[in-house]
Amino acid sequence: MYKHKDLMELKELTADEINFLLDTAVPMKEVISRPIKKVPTLRGRTVVNLFYENSTRTRSSFEVAAKYLSADCINISSAASSVAKGESLYDTARTLQSLGADVIVVRHPMSGAPHLLAQVVKAAVINAGDGTHEHPTQTLLDLFTVREHRGEIAGLTVTIVGDILHSRVARSGIWGFTKLGAEVRVCGPPTLMPPGLAQTGARVFYRLEEALVGADVVMMLRIQKERQQQGLFPGLREYSRLFGLNRERLALAKPDALVLHPGPLNRGVEIAHDIADGPAAVIEEQVTNGVAVRMALLYLLTGGGAHSEADY
Amino acid sequence: MKLIIKGGRLVDPASGRDEMTDVYVQDGIICTRFVPDKSTEIVDAAGKLVAPGFIDMHVHLREPGYEAKETIATGTAAAARGGYTGVACMPNTNPVADNRFIIEFIRKRAAEEGRVSVYPIGAITRGSRGEELAELGDMRDAGAVAFSDDGRPVSDAGLMRRAMQYCKMLGAPVISHCEDQTLAAGGVMHEGYNSTILGLKGIPASAEEVMVARDIILAAETGCPLHIAHISTAGSVALVREAKKRGYPVTAEATPQHFTLTDRAVARYNTAAKVNPPLRGEEDVQAVREGLADGTIDVIATDHAPHTFDEKNVEFDLAPFGLVGLETAVGLVWTELVHTGILTPLQVVAKLSQHPARILGLDRGSLAEGSAADITIIDPVFTQTVDPEQFAGKGKNTPFAGRTLQGLPVITLRSGLCIYAA
Repeated sequence: MYKHKDLMELKELTADEINFLLDTAVPMKEVISRPIKKVPTLRGRTVVNLFYENSTRTRSSFEVAAKYLSADCINISSAASSVAKGESLYDTARTLQSLGADVIVVRHPMSGAPHLLAQVVKAAVINAGDGTHEHPTQTLLDLFTVREHRGEIAGLTVTIVGDILHSRVARSGIWGFTKLGAEVRVCGPPTLMPPGLAQTGARVFYRLEEALVGADVVMMLRIQKERQQQGLFPGLREYSRLFGLNRERLALAKPDALVLHPGPLNRGVEIAHDIADGPAAVIEEQVTNGVAVRMALLYLLTGGGAHSEADY
Repeated sequence: MKLIIKGGRLVDPASGRDEMTDVYVQDGIICTRFVPDKSTEIVDAAGKLVAPGFIDMHVHLREPGYEAKETIATGTAAAARGGYTGVACMPNTNPVADNRFIIEFIRKRAAEEGRVSVYPIGAITRGSRGEELAELGDMRDAGAVAFSDDGRPVSDAGLMRRAMQYCKMLGAPVISHCEDQTLAAGGVMHEGYNSTILGLKGIPASAEEVMVARDIILAAETGCPLHIAHISTAGSVALVREAKKRGYPVTAEATPQHFTLTDRAVARYNTAAKVNPPLRGEEDVQAVREGLADGTIDVIATDHAPHTFDEKNVEFDLAPFGLVGLETAVGLVWTELVHTGILTPLQVVAKLSQHPARILGLDRGSLAEGSAADITIIDPVFTQTVDPEQFAGKGKNTPFAGRTLQGLPVITLRSGLCIYAA
């Protein structure tokens, strides 16, 4: 069962709740494999995509998920809205509430913004990535992808590599994979590693080779050029030498290891092209599964699950 | 005009007295016993503590410039309700209190509308920009009691050294908000496990400690009295303890939030708990309590920082730092420090009254004969739940809403006149 009004973070979910979300995504994936990818489940419901940050895949993934379920979907981006006129998030939230939104999907550059929104509106709020806090639907699709390949998450070793400090994907990943029984390792330069990670259950590595030994899943994070300008690491060339995933390094992981990347990729920086396009990479599958997972969420947060399976 | 405060327990650290005795006031001055007549007012203080009026040496009254947050009238009303008879206000107004005219303006407004005495603190540098010294001597002559670039610490060590050399001549303390901006760089809460899981940028303990160390060294070198504002980390407490052991002219204050709350209060992005310095870890709270107990920390001050509802009702990163403290401080002190046995009533009254008066050079903080009858009467068993809607101040931004406090001010007298009664 999933009893929360919103999806804010994976930290607050139980393993059972996460598994339930993933189980619900299985029939959704079947829907999107049909030639006519449309079910009437959310007809008459309104989903608002409220994006304060640029995004291609997450926004279109939510939009497609809503449309496959026959919901009406509105996209609001901060640049082309009242936000540009200085409207506060609080007032925007009240406006969307009054418009009759059933679900608000929010992406925001500041951590905790979805919490503020969720406190104001009756609509279900889905965190589509907030600052450096969490990106729960990304991890749900990662879990779904890994589960499809391995059957189970428990007992796996998952290595997350890169800018852990600024990564909401890493935080959600730590909670999600740990809760389902995987061992999570994080690896990156100390200047991009936040304090206190041991308390989350994750193990911290500074040498990629050590972090990769025996890994079942390798998740590479995007490194932003901007962090170099902030002086957080010396440069992309050195970063790539120390923390880039290439063939030699991947050989340290289990032979059937999966390589994940939340995108967009910096080819040749955190990931070599022959890895990104190679057999271990499941990056495109991640995208497809993202739609299934988001369909499941939209369905559950609008009261689905109380209905019979025949509804979809 | 005669007044007798009867049946209370006098707690007067300046004379070391802690005893059951009546207090006599005539024409606003503490005086010797007299025989009451018909016109003599009697205040029943049975079961209560009678202390020299509390002085909060760190408040933001926001006037001039930010009157939507607070004014001298509302801020001093909050002070009176909180048991204070005097407040020292920080210069980060608009315009900044960096010249004699703003100091005079504040004093004039306080004389017109202030419920309690207001002691202005002048800026160290022009506009608190940290570039050149403000006219410190001129401000001192106009009534500034100390100097501080609170909230915008002087980054340039050479400039801070010159400010201290100058203030040494003036005999005025420099109050330092210790925060190295390059280490704090954009942080919004304490750096640690909680900032990591919330995804909020951390302010490391070192951001404070580096500047505490710098300023202690400069105080030792220049001989200028240095007061460290709102000390928040275990490392800072240790530095001040060592400075005092070496006999340097250094004092320090702690706020109720820093001896009560940890960074866990920020959970769920509660902007009421966004404050600078940030709420720290459990060991830091313990260290601040130890520093209060062993005398390393001389003063309890609030850093009362009112903001409007709208300013705080935003994304955590966008919310301004600060919380209101005047109307909860005394209750927190009694609940967290006195009833727990960490400090005696004599010790807390010293930190709330005698010590701030001494550091600021005020003729206050004592109930000796001939002193101004600024008096705070505390009921140590009176219990109340914090309800910001009841605050006299404009700011309702407190992380203590809903907390039950025991030991609260019930009567505040300024020069013998009642300025607050519960």
